[in-house]
Amino acid sequence: MNAVSSSTTQRAAAAAPLDVARIRRDFAVLAREVNGKPLAYLDNAASSQRPQVVIDAISRYYETTHANVHRGVHTLSQQATDLYEGARRRLQRFVNARSPREIVFVRGTTEAINLVAQSHGRPSLRAGDEILVSWLEHHANIVPWQMLCEQTGAKLRVIPMTRAGEVDFEAFLGLLSERTRLLALAHVSNALGTVVPVERYIQEARKRGIAVLLDGAQAVPHMKVDVQALDCDFYCFSGHKMCGPTGIGVLYGREALLAAMPPWQGGGDMILAVSFERTVYNELPHKFEAGTPHIAGAIGLAAAVDYLEGLGLDRVAVAEHELLTHATRRLGEIPGITIVGTAARKAAVVSFTLEGVHPHDLGTILDHEGIAIRTGHHCAMPVMEFYGVPATARASFAFYNTHEEVDRLIAGVQVARGMFL
Amino acid sequence: MDLKDLYRDVIVDHNRHPRNYRAMPDADRRAEGFNPLCGDRLTLHVKLDGDTIGDVSFEGSGCAISVASASLLTESVKGRSVADAEQLFTTMHEMLTRQDAAVDPASLGKLGALSGVREFPARVKCASLCWHTLDAALHRQAEPVSTEENPAEWP
Repeated sequence: MNAVSSSTTQRAAAAAPLDVARIRRDFAVLAREVNGKPLAYLDNAASSQRPQVVIDAISRYYETTHANVHRGVHTLSQQATDLYEGARRRLQRFVNARSPREIVFVRGTTEAINLVAQSHGRPSLRAGDEILVSWLEHHANIVPWQMLCEQTGAKLRVIPMTRAGEVDFEAFLGLLSERTRLLALAHVSNALGTVVPVERYIQEARKRGIAVLLDGAQAVPHMKVDVQALDCDFYCFSGHKMCGPTGIGVLYGREALLAAMPPWQGGGDMILAVSFERTVYNELPHKFEAGTPHIAGAIGLAAAVDYLEGLGLDRVAVAEHELLTHATRRLGEIPGITIVGTAARKAAVVSFTLEGVHPHDLGTILDHEGIAIRTGHHCAMPVMEFYGVPATARASFAFYNTHEEVDRLIAGVQVARGMFL
Repeated sequence: MDLKDLYRDVIVDHNRHPRNYRAMPDADRRAEGFNPLCGDRLTLHVKLDGDTIGDVSFEGSGCAISVASASLLTESVKGRSVADAEQLFTTMHEMLTRQDAAVDPASLGKLGALSGVREFPARVKCASLCWHTLDAALHRQAEPVSTEENPAEWP
């Protein structure tokens, strides 16, 4: 694959910074215009763009190999199965899971969390048991637990956060009790960019036998994640935020836990034998993949992993941190700007408000300049409530963004100030 | 598409200095509007004088379009009959959502300034929220109005 060969060259120059101009040529969409201006895509925390190698991997699969997997004896079906299961092993290596049986393909982070809530949580939780989440969670790591609480009588407890947007570790220790059964924590906050030092939380939870799920949707695209080093029980992430397709994501689960969990959805592929009296479920991970899976999605996601590892996640992190630093400094120079979320360690996300200008108006004005940012509550309404704002503007960067694009953002914010002040 | 079509002077002015922005303890009718996509909320208060809207005011937070639209609404429906206000709601809804609307913005006075919104589909709901809220207030609807109720306004 192209990404592999180019990655070899790039690894040779591991210490060198990323060649952003060259990388941008891998992303056709970055060359388009929006409202007559060059697109500056600064909404990567919502969804990233895809390099050509990912689009090509999907097209090539449909053009040459598509058939249903795990079924026929015919050649296409075997080749499609090889590609699909090869993608699973690629993802296994990417997060350093012990076995491909620990990698379940799902639609995305949201589905992964719902799967764990319903298949791990529902049979094991009793009334009065407690689930811990933090204040900075995305709705996807709140609502499935609330639904589980309604079903089981368990209680949702919330770990507070500080003004800076960091989870309060001392408060977390205070919330731990013999009733705590599960800790569900964001690895990186989508609304604020906070990188949560999850290791210490996991350590405390493991000591007490509390299961730990990490929402890694915002972490995986930007840093090397090793589920064995983290020692978490479940790790969830989405393809579309890491240069992969939409509609595909991964649930990593510790094998012993996955094996003990009942299936979530029933159907084809997740069974070994079916009669009207009794059904024998399939082995891991197929037990959790009822129906024809998103084969092309998994193949595209594996291509995205090749691409990201070819660039080097360490170099990606350095490039994105420089963009964050530049944006934070330049935004801070504008009167009336408040940066929301000032954690010591942040991913390349900057959430902000501008006095006298509502984020939605700012979003429209920036769009007119070809600049795409997210405005709103970022599916984290408790975070907005904490800061007493209905919404923020959020610029989120990827390795293909440039400092010039950050400067255009700053100029656009100045235009908005001029219109309303 | 020109930004000036959206942010006309009238709109910028009403956003900066919203008219009838106040509580109304003795209101006869009250309704809440909510835009779950952006978190904007507004409360509309109406005091009836027989069949006439004797007084109307609003409170809440929102973008320039939603604040200006609510401010313009209060100015334009005060003193109108309930039936008139409902007719105006229908007209505004048509102007905001339909490209082929048979509404002449010039006939609507200052409200015509909102006609540019329909060129910005993501912002139609910002302008229409207060009108739906008024409709709910006049019909004594207890449940808050959500911008997600009307598929015609989905971007």
